Amino acid sequence: MHADALTPGVHAGRLPQAQYAHNFCDAHPPLTLAQAKIEADRCYYCYDAPCQTACPTGIDVPSFIHRIADDNPRGAARTILESNPLGGMCARVCPTEVLCEQACVRNTHEDKPVEIGLLQRYATDHLMAHPGAPLFTRAPATGRRVAVVGAGPAGLACAHGLARLGHSVVLLDAQPKLGGLNEYGLATYKTTDDFAQKEVAWLLSIGGIEVRYGVALGREFQLDALTQEYDAVFLGLGLGGVNSIGIAEPQASGLRNAVDFIAELRQASNPASVPVGRRVVVVGGGMTAVDAAVQSKKLGAQSVTIVYRRGASEMGASHHEQAWALENGVHIQHWASPTRLLADGGAITGLEFGCMHMADGQLRATGEHFVVEADLVLKAIGQTLVAQPLGTALELKGGRIVTDAEGQTSHAKVWAGGDCRFGGRDLTVEAVEHGKVAAHSIHSAIHQSIHA
Amino acid sequence: MANLHSTFAGIHSPNPFWLASAPPTDKAYNVNRAFEAGWGGVVWKTLGEAGPPIVNVSGPRYGALLTPDRRLMGFNNIELITDRDLEINLREIAEVKRLWPERAMVVSLMVPCEEASWKAILPRVEDTGADGIELNFGCPHGMSERGMGAAVGQVPEYIEMVTQWCKQYGRLPVIVKLTPNITDIRNPARAAKKGGADAVSLINTINSIIGVDPYSLTMSPSTGGKGSHGGYCGPAVKPIALNMVAEIARDPQTAGIPISGIGGVGNWRDALDYLALGAGNVQVCTAAMVYGFKIVQEMTDGLSNYMDEMGFTSVSDIVGKALPTVSDWRYLNLNHITKAVINQDNCIQCGRCYIACEDTSHQAITASKDGKRHFEVKNDECVGCNLCVTVCPVVDCITLRDLSPGEMDERTGKPVQAAHGDWTSHPNNPMRADA
Repeated sequence: MHADALTPGVHAGRLPQAQYAHNFCDAHPPLTLAQAKIEADRCYYCYDAPCQTACPTGIDVPSFIHRIADDNPRGAARTILESNPLGGMCARVCPTEVLCEQACVRNTHEDKPVEIGLLQRYATDHLMAHPGAPLFTRAPATGRRVAVVGAGPAGLACAHGLARLGHSVVLLDAQPKLGGLNEYGLATYKTTDDFAQKEVAWLLSIGGIEVRYGVALGREFQLDALTQEYDAVFLGLGLGGVNSIGIAEPQASGLRNAVDFIAELRQASNPASVPVGRRVVVVGGGMTAVDAAVQSKKLGAQSVTIVYRRGASEMGASHHEQAWALENGVHIQHWASPTRLLADGGAITGLEFGCMHMADGQLRATGEHFVVEADLVLKAIGQTLVAQPLGTALELKGGRIVTDAEGQTSHAKVWAGGDCRFGGRDLTVEAVEHGKVAAHSIHSAIHQSIHA
Repeated sequence: MANLHSTFAGIHSPNPFWLASAPPTDKAYNVNRAFEAGWGGVVWKTLGEAGPPIVNVSGPRYGALLTPDRRLMGFNNIELITDRDLEINLREIAEVKRLWPERAMVVSLMVPCEEASWKAILPRVEDTGADGIELNFGCPHGMSERGMGAAVGQVPEYIEMVTQWCKQYGRLPVIVKLTPNITDIRNPARAAKKGGADAVSLINTINSIIGVDPYSLTMSPSTGGKGSHGGYCGPAVKPIALNMVAEIARDPQTAGIPISGIGGVGNWRDALDYLALGAGNVQVCTAAMVYGFKIVQEMTDGLSNYMDEMGFTSVSDIVGKALPTVSDWRYLNLNHITKAVINQDNCIQCGRCYIACEDTSHQAITASKDGKRHFEVKNDECVGCNLCVTVCPVVDCITLRDLSPGEMDERTGKPVQAAHGDWTSHPNNPMRADA
């Protein structure tokens, strides 16, 4: 049977093939040379620029933009990558509207910031297309070895930083491809043309990084052994666990984790092969919920509803992301919490919600209920650190690893960064900063141990 | 709509915007289109003497200084005088003048610096019915290598001599077009006046090279791998031209001679600058070459609205109005004190004022207050230099405030004096009158 948007159940191939190509193309196409030059000309080259301060990796934004205007895109890329070696991916996925672009003084002047993210993409794309001589070279070999566990944004940034400083890095990752969430966790239209792998290849091209694929902490290797074998260990584990929605989950098809759905779509050679429901409900309010919902719509679902237990301003997804969901025909239902999954004949048929409100400063159920029909329910209510493989070696807080400002954990030879570290905002760019800072911290710790 | 009628050196035109002698005025087709668009007059592109016509390069004649979004700031050309046959030009000038009798038709001339050459061409021009002639003593490229154009304009004696011939052998008003490629513009202007010129026009273009191609490392633009300096015009040259216009207008030896202002006029504001500093009208080329002839409609409309708003009923009401405010430095009032003021409601926190002042001037702006980003003038350091006003991207965010007499200047710790005090009488001046 050939499925279309109205076919009940969970099916692949709901759309004509050409429609998939259109739906999953670059959501924000890159700037042309002319656009980049005109946009670059809008930058005021501020003193102690607020955009630079707002960037978690501290990119010298006025300098890189000036270099674009100066016909020096390679110099622009160097400025970006010096502070943020994953500047290419961050240009695509950073919520710039709440970071650099929110701080742009043009907002005050004309309510329209300089398109910093798109300019950053212009410069980094230029470098990827015209790599030329290596931008960065390695310091003389130190003879020291560091294990980096997890090749997501934090681990990649740390490995690159350590390699630059002359250390030998062994990069271990549980997946068959490097990149972490960059490879498995982003909406397809945010990073087209296999960019995540191109960026990984560029990062590894610095040399000195040995990669071990498909090996997981607690499975193929243990933390204890790493700390003995290596001079230091960096953990960029990410959040491998998924929160439960807190209600009974029947044994029925049509119920899955949003992160798995997103990963399947990213890894699919053709989006037409990824099944999606006619009616999809996404439970949650973060970026993952938006990515899953919008992509469900783009796969041809007739209706997609994000249900979140609080209001729009409390959602983890930025205002910009919420607008993107609405623009793509996703309905957002606020103030509702799932109470019962409905199934029939081994398949999900819907989800019952209880209405929520604030009473006496507390989120409470009103006692009213409603049902949203669904043949696919995607759970996007947050991920958790799988801490079991860490044993009792590291201090945890709120289920994540406690570190100092430089990323050093309670174990003197172990650093951590990215989403697995306590106290962050779960942003790609922040993970990169964690990795970058940790690399320098590890370097100075090793240096001290040499001279101790 | 204000009456923009202009009389310049006895030549009438419905508005003071003329097209300068340049590519846009090379033939009847263009000039007819210009008049249809509303230009008050034209100076027909320079005619040479009878004989084999001039030959131009068939490579790039133009180059430009552009902003990153490719707005043209400066314009360079190496085109020579008309490369069309003299007879065709004269015939077309006569035809166009017949079609547009109320528009100014001035003919630019450049023939060898010999009496016979000038004597020969003047009656031919008069026969066309043209309203005046402009002597091209300005083109800095190409023709100057042959002893014409700027080569004449750089020698006051030649200017005077040729002007005399034109007055002696012709009846038409003579406008002498001056080259800026000299040290003191007053000398050629004085020579023109001595020769009997009815008016001067300025500036012609400035010797210029646009740049170098970074990959071939050849001068750019180039023709067959070689370039030659050109003549520079457009918005970037206006301040240079304005100074020269004002210099001539306030020179006692040339005061009162009609001046046609040329150089970077792109809108009514530019024209107003010229008029207020003593020009009787303006000539335009670059703006037309960038936007087409229609641009004159924005110029006339802008000037008209300005005049209505200000209550001026004639262009001549404006001419020279600002001239009394142009002075030698030595007469500037050193007792007058200004301070920059940053309007905090308009400040967008870019910090450009701070870094400009901190790095390159007087360290007179703070970058923070109570630990927060905040830009404020330090009155005890500010010398009122206007740099911060200039670099601020927000209109009217930073302004200069004049201190009133008696008010304390926090920088010097002295009250502002009411009396005028300039360098001529300053105690530090060893050449002061009473020293």
